[in-house]
Amino acid sequence: MKRSLKSPIGLSIFLIISLWLSINAPAGSTLFSFNAGIEVIEIPDFPIPVIPASWFFTVLALMVTAFSWLLSFQRKKVPLWLMIIFTLAIVLQILVLLFVGEMFPVTQTLQGSLALSVPLIFGALAGVLSERVGVINIAIEGQLLAGAFASALIASITGSLTLGLIAAAISGGLVAGILAVFSIKYVVDQIIVGVVVNVLIIGLTSFFYSTVMTRDLVALNQPPRFDRIDIPVLSQIPIIGPLLFSQTVIVYLMYLAVAVVYIALFKTRWGLRLRAVGEFPKAADTVGIKVFRTRYMSVMLGGALAGIGGAFFTLGAVGSFSKEMTSGAGYIALAALIFGRWNPLLATLAALMFGFAQNLQSILSITGSDVPSQFLLMLPYALTIVAVAGLVGKVTGPAAAGKAYIKS
Amino acid sequence: MNNVVKQIFNASSRLTALAILSAFLIGGLLIAFANEEVQITSSYLFSRPTDFLAAVWNSIFGAYDALFRGAIYNYKALDSVSMIKPLTETLTYATPITLAGLGMAVAFRSGLFNIGGTGQIIFGAMGAAWVGFSVELPALIHLPVAVIAGVLAAGLFGGFVGFLKAATGANEVIVTIMMNYIASLLLFYVLTTPLFQAPGAVNPISPEISETAKYWRFMGEDFRINASFFVMLAMVLVVWWLLNRSSIGFQFRALGHNPSASKVAGINIGITYVLVMAISGALAGLAGTSQVLGAEKYLTPSVAASFGFDAITVALLGRSKPFGVLAAGLLFGALRAGAVIMQANQKVPIDIVLIVQSLVVLFIAAPPLVRFMFRLSDPAKQAMKFEGAK
Repeated sequence: MKRSLKSPIGLSIFLIISLWLSINAPAGSTLFSFNAGIEVIEIPDFPIPVIPASWFFTVLALMVTAFSWLLSFQRKKVPLWLMIIFTLAIVLQILVLLFVGEMFPVTQTLQGSLALSVPLIFGALAGVLSERVGVINIAIEGQLLAGAFASALIASITGSLTLGLIAAAISGGLVAGILAVFSIKYVVDQIIVGVVVNVLIIGLTSFFYSTVMTRDLVALNQPPRFDRIDIPVLSQIPIIGPLLFSQTVIVYLMYLAVAVVYIALFKTRWGLRLRAVGEFPKAADTVGIKVFRTRYMSVMLGGALAGIGGAFFTLGAVGSFSKEMTSGAGYIALAALIFGRWNPLLATLAALMFGFAQNLQSILSITGSDVPSQFLLMLPYALTIVAVAGLVGKVTGPAAAGKAYIKS
Repeated sequence: MNNVVKQIFNASSRLTALAILSAFLIGGLLIAFANEEVQITSSYLFSRPTDFLAAVWNSIFGAYDALFRGAIYNYKALDSVSMIKPLTETLTYATPITLAGLGMAVAFRSGLFNIGGTGQIIFGAMGAAWVGFSVELPALIHLPVAVIAGVLAAGLFGGFVGFLKAATGANEVIVTIMMNYIASLLLFYVLTTPLFQAPGAVNPISPEISETAKYWRFMGEDFRINASFFVMLAMVLVVWWLLNRSSIGFQFRALGHNPSASKVAGINIGITYVLVMAISGALAGLAGTSQVLGAEKYLTPSVAASFGFDAITVALLGRSKPFGVLAAGLLFGALRAGAVIMQANQKVPIDIVLIVQSLVVLFIAAPPLVRFMFRLSDPAKQAMKFEGAK
């Protein structure tokens, strides 16, 4: 294997930042609070002294970085778990430093992060299904937005959450259908179609919101909302109970979707064929796999998932539709997809991390921290650039993604 | 001249015209569908169908009439200023759209996708605005310095993407998309710092640009049209020269046609990537300077408006040729200007512009679809002509 020093160099850059943070760490301690209010067993808050903690994480990061240099000189790949440890160390260090002298509500932060991550995860899964089969999906934003709009409209008219969710899935699937038809049948550049479809959907939803919906907001934009469902026993577990098992149906659907997409993609014949089409369509065609049909199916299935993710905005969180309410979530989902290397599980992790960064920003703006919130919001985008530049391991997508297949 | 006539009557231009026509037709149907009068009359469609048809006609005609009055010539206005203002507004909107569109066209012709128009416009506007309000220079020097500052900022911002691609192979589409968000957030941030925020302002807005740094409003303060319009026209010629007559342009196009062959031919691909993206970004940055030093007098978070996306559509519609981009820029400038009046008079939301625009691009990109919709005969021959025209 060719020696690549990109990963250790990337880690070293972050290590220097970590070192600088530790040198300038203020004295004091940060209080970590784990209580959300519904558990049976209460965990006491515990204070962490800032300076030793900061140095601890810097040393941990230093060890990982040194190890990665060693591996790279031996021409070995830097494994993913090392990257994850490194990321966690830096994130925890920054948290301890950000909340010095204050209380950091761990459980509540994680709850909020999960809520922000749900549409990102659905969107990233849509991207996985689409790009693994060879169609670049820039249109995740449009699929989310269409799902949000359709679910709010249909759930308001019918009063049925189930119908709202189905409408979201169908509309997300249809938006993906536009992407599929133009990129598969008309062989238009997939990136162009994706960008244009996003704007088309922003235009359509905003247009009908301003004309039709606002005329009768009560009848057309007041959908019921999903209630939280406590799963017996599991929801009583400290920290993770209220976090994971006291959620709305959409979140449970999300767990299911992540598992199903992962298993279907990597453990079934269907998934193998799908990936074959995304890597080498000609070979797939030769052995009798229907390339076009597989592409349409997978792209639209992904769109349906993104649509459900969009419904989370209206039926799960806000309770009504507003113009451009997804505000770039589709692009963050795209970032999560790339950061997660087109793998459903890793993409989910990346989406959770991005959701965490977004949520941290809103918590910081409440506690009045002097870190400008814009910089935390930039994090997903900046990290994605770092990722595609190959500084944290090699990022390569499916080989045939972006290339139209022309049957000869 | 003969060339122009040929251009108008060849198959590719006919498809372009049909694509624009279809987009407007669908836009009209949406306007009718969302119209309150149409919805009311449709409830008794079968007893009095004429009411329904009249309502449909009124809604569509009313909207497009307002669009025309807002974009070209307001024949209903009472004074001469209001009558000719629409046309100048069209040209004002067309200026940044075309400039940024030229930037995207340079990248497209070189085989690179620059989706980062928004971010580059923002950087151009930030650079120009900062020199414009915080530096004091004599009249004739201030404006060029401010413009150059904006162009440099955006050129470096764009060139960085080219550098990343050359050095690490990072996909420029993903990087530019992410850079758009970074630039927007950065703009919002700097507008809350004393460096950029107007003293005493609560909103994120910069101080007013100094008089010495503003583009000349040659039709008076009643009109927003300014000298940046001529800069835009000049840049159309410059980009035409660059792409078609200069040796750098030849390298750009060679790269766009076949990167491997260009490498074999001795073109330094890495440097060319950086150059392409820097020039592309610089042109988008010029669009930012025209916004902040010309049409508007302040830097605000919405300085890039939707020009970043407009630029992509304009480059596609103009088939990445400078004069095509100019024509497309004028069309979309007219749409933007007209939509403002359409929203005010006919209550048709401005979002209809986005719909029409994206439909135009989708139809342009898929000639078979347009041929199918209009039942155009002899598709094979048409296709050959279309390939030939490219």
